[in-house]
Amino acid sequence: MATLEIRGLTVTVDVEDGTKEILRGVDLTVKSGETHAIMGPNGSGKSTLAYSIAGHPKYTVTGGTVTLDGEDVLAMKVDERARAGLFLAMQYPVEVPGVTVSNFLRTAKTAIDGQAPKLRHWVKDMKGAMEALRMDPTFAERNVNEGFSGGEKKRHEILQMELLKPKIAILDETDSGLDVDALRVVSEGVNRAKDSSEVGVLLITHYTRILRYIKPDFVHVFVDGKIVEEGGPELADRLEAEGYDRYLATQA
Amino acid sequence: MSLLAQKNPEAPAGSHSDSAAAFVPDQSRAERKTSYAVDDFAVPGGREEAWRFTPVDRLSALFHVAPTQTDKVTVDIQAPAEVTTSLVDPKAAGVLVPADRVAAVAWAGEAKATLVSIPAEAELAEPVRITITATDLARVNGHLVIDAGHHSKATVVLTHRGSAECAANVEIKVGDGAELTFVTVQEWDDDAHHVTQNDALIGRDARLRHIAVTLGGKVVRVSTNARYSGPGGSFEGLGVYFADAGQHQEHRLFVDHEAPHCHSNVEYKGALQGDTAHTVWVGDVLIRASAEGTDTYELNRNLVLTEGGRADSIPNLEIETGEIVGAGHASATGRFDDEQLFYLQARGIPEDVARRLVVRGFFASIVARIGVPEVSDHLMEVIDAELGAVPGIGAIEDVA
Ligand SMILES: Nc1ncnc2c1ncn2[C@@H]1O[C@H](COP(=O)(O)OP(=O)(O)OP(=O)(O)O)[C@@H](O)[C@H]1O
Ligand SMILES: [Mg+2]
Repeated sequence: MATLEIRGLTVTVDVEDGTKEILRGVDLTVKSGETHAIMGPNGSGKSTLAYSIAGHPKYTVTGGTVTLDGEDVLAMKVDERARAGLFLAMQYPVEVPGVTVSNFLRTAKTAIDGQAPKLRHWVKDMKGAMEALRMDPTFAERNVNEGFSGGEKKRHEILQMELLKPKIAILDETDSGLDVDALRVVSEGVNRAKDSSEVGVLLITHYTRILRYIKPDFVHVFVDGKIVEEGGPELADRLEAEGYDRYLATQA
Repeated sequence: MSLLAQKNPEAPAGSHSDSAAAFVPDQSRAERKTSYAVDDFAVPGGREEAWRFTPVDRLSALFHVAPTQTDKVTVDIQAPAEVTTSLVDPKAAGVLVPADRVAAVAWAGEAKATLVSIPAEAELAEPVRITITATDLARVNGHLVIDAGHHSKATVVLTHRGSAECAANVEIKVGDGAELTFVTVQEWDDDAHHVTQNDALIGRDARLRHIAVTLGGKVVRVSTNARYSGPGGSFEGLGVYFADAGQHQEHRLFVDHEAPHCHSNVEYKGALQGDTAHTVWVGDVLIRASAEGTDTYELNRNLVLTEGGRADSIPNLEIETGEIVGAGHASATGRFDDEQLFYLQARGIPEDVARRLVVRGFFASIVARIGVPEVSDHLMEVIDAELGAVPGIGAIEDVA
């Protein structure tokens, strides 16, 4: 049983003329087995929240706390956060030339588990997971994200989630750039991870379509750097019908 | 300029290109002076085109003729039985004429050249290994001739170790239809100075792979000049370098296309780490009016791992005929990519392992092209060891 707790988180980025506040006091708790959806308009700070939890150096935490089972996540280095059980499926996964997917995955698995996986099991697990995500086996020998299509990159992110078995997974717009078939395949991957482990999921999305495949327990509406409304799955349906205008209007 | 078709002009994500665009200089590259006479070349002051990147003040010993200190130098040659070695008249090969003062000094310093002959049609099972080892900044004048007979297949690895003031010339003659891989490894101690000119003459339908691996030395400057004596020849110039704090590593190439239907492909990749690490890559290609059907491409990439390093990269194409297959170049110098590092670390991979993965990845394609396992394996070991020494990164178990 793991708990990710975010309290009063404020985050800035450096811009040309000083700093810009993007997160303005985020409060959120994600527990093992729960699925939370964060929905919000473009530019509201959803990715900033995800990156800040993962520890991207571009974002400066100016206030608040993030803990995982009481441990101070903000005091950890990026790799330590991952080894503590946090995982971020990125909106824009990065290309790493010259590093093959298989080498990358094995290195990551070894780092997360603290020991190299047993070769025979590992090869089988990797092949099986790739097959389930309808990834061609040749991907294993390609360089990480290099020349991958948008959809292939997202499958590769979920492949990592399935193999690395995090305690809490943050999925940043994993649905964007996917056609209906790919969306289903990727969602099935997330659901497999949910079924086979206690993973808590924080699903960041702009649209509700992925929520047809991955059922959220909680929905949070994210506007202008903070959560402005919370509810159950029915809130997503309302957003689908009404959009974000209502929240944006009250802001003005 | 429409002939300067850039096959791959874009820099990798997150890097910037700080090289000059290819330019046609006032003076054609073909007009650069060559001579056997030392006095035909003034002592360089550092402002000359050929010396403007080089720390000439550190090379003063190499600008003056002096004998080789044979008591402090060993030359070890290991070769398969069919290979012969002998001392010959310096002008016997006729491939190289010194193109700068140090080359002329080296020429004057050696009464005989060492000839390594690979018989025609011989296919060597093992590389020829020539290792020069010097101590105490010994003066070394080198003159090596590699003569690969027609339709032979061979690999020659020339390795430089120890501490020296080394001025050297290497002549490489590739007979018709021969395939030669020549590797020059500069793995000197930190105090060595080494300036060498490598000239190659590539026969009809012959193939030369010239590979420069520079890992050590205080100042190393390798000038490689390739010409073709008949049509259908191919030159592949590969280079890998890794410069630490205080090191200057300079690689200059000149591919002179005069014969028609020849091919050249140059790829150099280097990494820099530490303060005042300086690398220079100059890639000159001349396609003369007679060189119809030429296909040439050159690429230089540099990866700056820490603050304070400087990589100069100057591609230069001169084209005198429109009847070519292709001519292009790409050059880029990038900083270590923080986004790549973040991505790997976000998967639990510690920073030092992540760096090693990225740098290995950077060199992976060219190391694969080297195709001489004893060279590429050793090279990756040395680079791994170098990365263990990056400030702020402890040596830990490699999980890769
Ligand atoms: N490095 C940066 N420099 C300047 N502004 C930034 C930087 N990073 C993010 N921002 C700004 O912060 C705001 C939030 O960006 P963020 O990417 O977190 O939004 P988002 O909700 O994920 O949007 P989207 O739905 O488009 O993915 C935007 O206005 C963005 O332009
Ligand atoms: Mg976003």
